[in-house]
Amino acid sequence: MKNVTITINGAEQQAQVEPRLLLVHYLREVAGLTGTHIGCETSLCGACTVLMDGRAVKSCTVLAVQADGHKIGTVEGLANGGQLHAIQEGFWEEHGLQCGFCTPGMLMCSHDLLAQHPSPTDSEIREAINGNLCRCTGYEHIVNAVKSAARKMTKRVSARAA
Amino acid sequence: MRPFEYVSPTTKAQAVSLLASNWGQAEILAGGTDLLALMKDDVVAPKRLVNIKDIRDLTGVTYNAQGLRIGALTNLGDLADDANVRKNYPALSDALIEAASPQIRNMATLGGNLCQRPRCWFFRNGLGLLPKDETGKELVTDGDNRYHAILGNDGPAKFVSPSTIVPILIAYGAKIRVEGPKGKREVPLEKFYVIPKTETEREHDLQPNEIVTEVVLPASTGVKAAHYEVRQKQAFDWPLAVAAVALKMNGSNVQAARVVMGYVAPLPWPSPEAEQVLSGQSIDDDIAQKAADAAVKNAKPLSHNAYKVQLARVSVKRALLKAVSGGAA
Repeated sequence: MKNVTITINGAEQQAQVEPRLLLVHYLREVAGLTGTHIGCETSLCGACTVLMDGRAVKSCTVLAVQADGHKIGTVEGLANGGQLHAIQEGFWEEHGLQCGFCTPGMLMCSHDLLAQHPSPTDSEIREAINGNLCRCTGYEHIVNAVKSAARKMTKRVSARAA
Repeated sequence: MRPFEYVSPTTKAQAVSLLASNWGQAEILAGGTDLLALMKDDVVAPKRLVNIKDIRDLTGVTYNAQGLRIGALTNLGDLADDANVRKNYPALSDALIEAASPQIRNMATLGGNLCQRPRCWFFRNGLGLLPKDETGKELVTDGDNRYHAILGNDGPAKFVSPSTIVPILIAYGAKIRVEGPKGKREVPLEKFYVIPKTETEREHDLQPNEIVTEVVLPASTGVKAAHYEVRQKQAFDWPLAVAAVALKMNGSNVQAARVVMGYVAPLPWPSPEAEQVLSGQSIDDDIAQKAADAAVKNAKPLSHNAYKVQLARVSVKRALLKAVSGGAA
């Protein structure tokens, strides 16, 4: 067993884990955060995407011990109290989800994209989510949702600056 | 996944001392994007994982008049986005962006990409690198070999070299530096890859107790380069053929050419035949076609992969035309 200290959505947590425990299982079973989904477990589908130090990673192909000392962001950390994050609002308003299984991964991947590129082009959005599969095939709406989120976030930043 | 011991050394010397002198006992963990997949599928089952991410001086990119130095732990995303790489080695940046989805680029390291294991489905199903049936007959020859080698496949190895960025690194003249119990050594990247003759050998020259520390590229002044790959889908996928070219130009003529194919042979596959065609020439459609024909002249497809000969040919031609039309450094 190994001691790990992982900061999840801003809260530091300590635990003893087996080195072979995957981060996605740590999040769901040890931390009790089941918003991160397990899809393929082979790093193909992207459903398990979380942020590690702000960058999107596939938590089914990261060991919990690799996250020791790092900051992890999950879908549960997006909303602020009752206020949805602009990315979540975008997905809601633009019908960016159908069954919803891929959604947490899509949201977290979009979060990384928008942090790097606040006003992405359509092709940048498509490239950013090319490691995330939506088997409802709702990609058009997902791209629209990310664009909508980008507009909201840019507007809020400029409103704050004014 | 089987249990293992997990250790996190903070120096190269500690890491080397924690590795074993035979393959199979200990594995190096960097990003883990390939190793963890192999361990989940029980293709490899190391007793110890040596996490090298806590070794500080293995990350980062430096650039000067002599060229580029890339720490082995630099992740593929950071390397693709590096301003000096984009400006001076844009074909490397292109190859890195196509190498994996964004999440994988954020985790996967350059050193890990260079040492990743073949994608051969016989190997990934636990049948070994040189799979044989109980009578000793090669499984790939009569099996589904649609993604296997069309060149360098005379021996028992029929898999294709898995890295999509190695061809462009070789074309740019990369050298790889490794460190082990006997000290440091530097190897031209194309000499780093070997065709294994037995199941106990690996497909590269790294010893079981060595670690890759950095990759260095010479200056790219006057070089036009390009990376081109053919895949079944536009978004990320393992390619069917890769071509990388770097052309040292003298005005509008090629002074020296490097043409390296990927996904066609158990090694990254330089083509001196194509390079010879290009020498001294101004590249147009006709010369690019002649070089592409020369690159696949010696191809010997297996029972189900003759289509790859044409894909490799087209990749070389398109990479050449892209290099001269894109004006990339």
